[in-house]
Amino acid sequence: MDKTITFTIDGVEVKGKPGQSVMQAADEAGIYIPRLCYLEDLVPHGSCRVCTVMVNGRPQAACTWPVSEGMVVENDTEDLLQHRRRIVEMMFVEGNHFCMFCEKSGNCELQAMAYRFGITAPRYPYLFPKRDVDASHPDIFIDRNRCILCGRCVNASRDIDGKNVFEFVGRGANKRVAVNAEAKLSDTNIDLTDKAVDVCPVGAILKKRVGYAVPVGQRKYDHAPIGSDIEARRKPDAAASGGKNG
Amino acid sequence: MSENLLKAVVRICRQYGNDRTRMMDIVRDVQEGFGCVSGRAMDLIAEEVKAHRVDVESVVSFYSFLTDEPRGKVIIRLCNDIIDEMKGEAKVAAALEDELGIAIGGTLADGSVGLEETPCIGMCDQAPAALVNDVVVTNLDGEKARQIVRALRSGSTPRDLVETLGDGNNASDLVRAMVNNNIRRKGEVVFAPFSSGAALKKALAMSPNEVIRDIKVSRLRGRGGAGFPTGMKWEFTRKAEGGKRYVLCNADEGEPGTFKDRVILTECPDLLFEGMTIGGYAIGSDTGLLYLRAEYAYLHRFLESKLQERREAGLLGKNVAGKAGFDFDIRIQLGAGAYVCGEETSLISSCEGLRGDPKNRPPFPAQKGYLTSPTTVNNVETFCCVARILDRGSGWFAQLGSKGSSGTKLLSISGDCLSPGVYEVPFGIKVSEVLKMAGARDAAAVQIGGPSGQMIGKKDFEKTICYDDLATGGSFMIFASNRDVLHVVDKFMEFFVEESCGYCTPCRAGNVLLKERLEQIIAGKGEPEDLEYLRELGETVKLASRCGLGQTSANPILSTLINFRSFYDERVKEAKDGMQSSFDIHAALADAEGIAGRASEHF
Repeated sequence: MDKTITFTIDGVEVKGKPGQSVMQAADEAGIYIPRLCYLEDLVPHGSCRVCTVMVNGRPQAACTWPVSEGMVVENDTEDLLQHRRRIVEMMFVEGNHFCMFCEKSGNCELQAMAYRFGITAPRYPYLFPKRDVDASHPDIFIDRNRCILCGRCVNASRDIDGKNVFEFVGRGANKRVAVNAEAKLSDTNIDLTDKAVDVCPVGAILKKRVGYAVPVGQRKYDHAPIGSDIEARRKPDAAASGGKNG
Repeated sequence: MSENLLKAVVRICRQYGNDRTRMMDIVRDVQEGFGCVSGRAMDLIAEEVKAHRVDVESVVSFYSFLTDEPRGKVIIRLCNDIIDEMKGEAKVAAALEDELGIAIGGTLADGSVGLEETPCIGMCDQAPAALVNDVVVTNLDGEKARQIVRALRSGSTPRDLVETLGDGNNASDLVRAMVNNNIRRKGEVVFAPFSSGAALKKALAMSPNEVIRDIKVSRLRGRGGAGFPTGMKWEFTRKAEGGKRYVLCNADEGEPGTFKDRVILTECPDLLFEGMTIGGYAIGSDTGLLYLRAEYAYLHRFLESKLQERREAGLLGKNVAGKAGFDFDIRIQLGAGAYVCGEETSLISSCEGLRGDPKNRPPFPAQKGYLTSPTTVNNVETFCCVARILDRGSGWFAQLGSKGSSGTKLLSISGDCLSPGVYEVPFGIKVSEVLKMAGARDAAAVQIGGPSGQMIGKKDFEKTICYDDLATGGSFMIFASNRDVLHVVDKFMEFFVEESCGYCTPCRAGNVLLKERLEQIIAGKGEPEDLEYLRELGETVKLASRCGLGQTSANPILSTLINFRSFYDERVKEAKDGMQSSFDIHAALADAEGIAGRASEHF
């Protein structure tokens, strides 16, 4: 089991272990592959597609694709950056994202990704969908306007909390996260301490009465772009080749 | 009523062993009895099968034939694909709406009849067509539509609507459909006489590995469109680690414009089931599933009886055809209206009683498929080829067709031609020859392989149908010179938007955006740079989508941007004075003007 798999990402040699995904091996090596649905400790969902990389010339999601000996991965290329930008812009227009008054601002992975990619405004027309808000629970609220359907809450509730509070219903543009009750979050057995409450990358699931507690300037992404923590792990000898993504 | 529902749910769930992987059957049966799967029913089902209520809701909300509120005791689902539209669907829709007094999407106040539209139901050769519950009505016009409504109103059941029976087994007691086969050309592989058991006995005289070797030698490739070598797929499945193995047949023929599986299921079920049984022997499986699209539910009883005949003849069950130790049987799994379930991992999800979301790959179905066991998923036509190969020999099969594409291919031909129907042709045939056969005198465009394929123009009519040139699952839609290519493309985009499962971003949002801009262009509000916008967006949807649906959904736009560029060029124009022509400033300001109570001063 301690066999090492050697492959390259953008020409840099990376060591991985059998069963690891490209994402996991890259994270360990300090190479950041942009992602929005993937979260360590959760079953990879493979839905956002921001982590799309080229594996031996074919597009694959880094979060679900396993490492193999000698594979050639392209990550930080101009072409992929363009595709990733378009995907992030799609997310901005398919939901209703108003960063200026969203309490997740500064700590939001979608917003941070847009900044990292240098997106100032989406090129696509806003679709302004009608989405609903569920503020029934005393401590937690859901604002589906901001949901990017990443599946983190679904997986965390099912696999870590053992509760299945959330699941997807509907399909296509009408797909949404539903709760395990006739209508309201307050009718479920969710608790404030559940993992599912903590994993939302955007402001779709938030705890009540804690918003805006951190001043602007001290929020998670105020100083360093998203992914910097992973890039900081990179050993100095491999860091020479720099990147366009950040 | 609620007492009845409780009893019924308990009975239905018990009938399926309270097995949540049989959710599709459970919710279908509950809906059959109660007209919908209500919130209360979801609670009860969840309790019986030890699932969560939201799991049941997740399934019910996914499939277009399932509903959580009554939509009509009888539901008329009018097919709205492009071919039906060309054949006069609008008049049929208007007549239905007028006669019923409701719009499409509505239900009569007494709950007796609901009216809906649905994508391709596999009847493009006899369009316009509709489903009345499970019953297919074909070759409709306004007057026939009115008669249907009047008959239903005067107490007729959907089955009573069938007055003239179609040909072949369509006329059999177990089908009784007005559907016609329209087999226009028979070849040696699928539409040749077949004697049940002949191929199976030859297979069972060999070892499973020898059967796989024969399929490899025949160079058979998957007939659903992707063209993966069947022998290799079976070898992977046989060699994969795991106890139980499964053979799945993909009869979820949902690609608009294709209907050849309908004809196979009607006329050659033995050939198909024999191929599946051979597949079971080859990979070491004792269980086959036929995933039958809900639109073909009218064939369900007939297919069940064919399976029963085979059981009685010893061709299914224990020690199949006398082969000690080889047990194999086939179950039919009905779908519930979802194109994406034709994607093999979505099909597996659906068979497992889940929403039809595709799965992440790897693992591939051959490694971990249905219920995480090694599984082979093959097309209806592929299994027919298998049976024929075992009967006539792999060498015989390999010499049919063209160099890289052995055998024959069924084409489902529809649109602007004199003889729409199913044609069994050798691979390597030219498009121009096909057009001649079908009596298409004025073809200007052909959609090869359905919306997920490509649209070609006259300059490509000398290309050939085969895996190395024009690969196709069989849909062949012909458009004459008077058709608006961009309108056709728009219909296809509407289809993909409707059928996207919504799992991944590029397909869920990208197709909506592609359609939006295309419609701006059609409306004359497009600018030249919109064409590059469409191409770039389309490339991202194609590259980054998670399954075959999204990876091909931009094809109608991407292929026509190349092959039919002039249709776009003549619609777009440079913006004047730097103003975006798609932006209507009057409309944008209307609300504000209303609030202010005066007109704005703008240009």
